[in-house]
Amino acid sequence: MNFDWLWRESDMIFDLFVRHLWLSAVPVAIGLALALPLGWLVHRSGVWRGPLLNLVGLLFTIPSLALFVLLPWFLGTQILDPINVVVALTIYVLALLVRTVSDGLGSVPRETLQAANAMGYRPLSRLLTVELPLAIPVIAGGLRVALVSNISIVSVAALVGTRQLGSLFTQGLQLQFLTPIIAGIVLSVALAAALDALVLFLSRKLTPWERRPA
Amino acid sequence: MIEFQGVTKLYDGAPAVRNLDLVAPTGKLTVLVGPSGCGKTTSLRMVNRLVTPSSGTITLDGEPTDRMNVAQLRRRIGYVIQHAGLFPHRTVAQNVATTARLAGIDRKTARRKSLDLLEQVGLSASLAERYPWQLSGGQQQRVGVARALASDPKFMLMDEPFSAVDPIVRGQLQDEFLRLQREIGKTIIMVTHDIDEALKLGDQVAVMREGGELAQVATPRELLVRPADGFVADFVGRDRGYRHLGFAPIDNGLKLASEPVVQLGASPAEAAEAAIDGWVLVCDAAHRPLGWTDIARLRGPVREDDLNLSSTLAPMDGSMRELLDAALSSPSGRGVVTNTDGTLRGTIALGDLGGILAPLHRTGAERHS
Ligand SMILES: Nc1ncnc2c1ncn2[C@@H]1O[C@H](COP(=O)(O)OP(=O)(O)OP(=O)(O)O)[C@@H](O)[C@H]1O
Ligand SMILES: [Mg+2]
Repeated sequence: MNFDWLWRESDMIFDLFVRHLWLSAVPVAIGLALALPLGWLVHRSGVWRGPLLNLVGLLFTIPSLALFVLLPWFLGTQILDPINVVVALTIYVLALLVRTVSDGLGSVPRETLQAANAMGYRPLSRLLTVELPLAIPVIAGGLRVALVSNISIVSVAALVGTRQLGSLFTQGLQLQFLTPIIAGIVLSVALAAALDALVLFLSRKLTPWERRPA
Repeated sequence: MIEFQGVTKLYDGAPAVRNLDLVAPTGKLTVLVGPSGCGKTTSLRMVNRLVTPSSGTITLDGEPTDRMNVAQLRRRIGYVIQHAGLFPHRTVAQNVATTARLAGIDRKTARRKSLDLLEQVGLSASLAERYPWQLSGGQQQRVGVARALASDPKFMLMDEPFSAVDPIVRGQLQDEFLRLQREIGKTIIMVTHDIDEALKLGDQVAVMREGGELAQVATPRELLVRPADGFVADFVGRDRGYRHLGFAPIDNGLKLASEPVVQLGASPAEAAEAAIDGWVLVCDAAHRPLGWTDIARLRGPVREDDLNLSSTLAPMDGSMRELLDAALSSPSGRGVVTNTDGTLRGTIALGDLGGILAPLHRTGAERHS
């Protein structure tokens, strides 16, 4: 470990860290916003639910490097444009969260739904005030997986020149120098742990009714 | 008034409810009772259109339900189900306020209403901020009833509301609900498969049979005394002769023997002096009966351990069924009758009951012919 190097490059490392944070968090936010309506559609699609979920799940198997390289061609963007990375990661988040949202809505007890119907809830207010709140724990679980996997996948984007903590790995490799690699790993793990804890905390705040050990 | 006119529900061509004609009168509790699968729940759920009838019409106060907006129709009808169906993510108070909020009542008023109702159904205010999973089954059921009442609906549908709790709690809930219904006078249809519950709660009981047909609609007493056919007679039960006594009040002029009593701590000699046929009744200082004591077994002054607690007490404002039970359950063969304040009024020997029951039997027989 060369601490002098860390000290000298701390501005650059901090910049990479912030970029890493945005590149992994923004797709999760966009993905969640898209997954809510899509997951609801899949949830309501009856016999199509299984096939649709399998199809969406397939998106996750596209290699990330392939996506980073191909997307500029589809989107008409520059190869170095971070938009490519954001779109690619959003696709992965969708692949995860559409299923999660659909599962979350499916986890609402039948008798709760029937009680809501019998009381005269209209479909939209039932969805917003009964089904979605009850689906929060499941959705938050999926969100945590999506965040952590994004933080890991995004580092691959260093290979196509999008700068974030992954750039420390390529740099270390080129310079035959271990310090940036260790710094990159430590900071990625710390970022993942922090975001994971944040989502967990928010989800608990939002669901005070959940039973959990005191 | 809720009225079914020729209502039929077919599932895959098989009738779950067949040509049902039934009127649930305003302010009365109508019970639908029958064996499992006979179409009770289906009938109930057609009223608020959770199930759509295949044919026929259901009206609320003369207005056909199929022309109403379905959400508005449901908001006019309180609905209570077996496991309460409370919202797991809302506190008890919020759960109760739900129907009031849907009826357009503002948050503050709805909350006040919900706290009032909790008290009315016998729940302590300390439960208001709990979540449903922190309540017992009986408490949840009470919350379910309070929630149905919070929008102050004219009509209520209740599907086996008291069947998911143990018999003792069920009895309490039934008694409390009867008391509440006397105050609020809702037009209620309640479903149960428990004939005892039907007879206890119903102003009117509709017995359904397999295949969704109505077998008989009558008052509980009439059902016991004059079942329409073998199915109803069977369903009402083999001890219906005994049970219809539950609807006959004890005659105010009932002749009772005065019973000599002792208190706890009485010596064996005192007990023997008061005893008739070897048994003496022990009362507390306020003259309330505690139990019988067998003087042959006394080994000293009368202690609590010497009391035989098997006998039931018949309150003077109770039924002939309670009177007969008091006599049958008494080890001395003498049934203990109390005043309404619980103090001893007197006893009646089992042998003397025959003469009192005979006229009741005759009225039953006359109605039958
Ligand atoms: N959604 C449905 N699809 C098909 N058949 C149904 C459906 N709901 C009810 N049935 C059938 O209709 C009949 C009546 O059912 P229902 O639930 O009304 O009975 P029930 O009298 O309430 O019985 P229980 O006392 O067991 O609750 C049954 O034979 C049942 O199998
Ligand atoms: Mg049923």
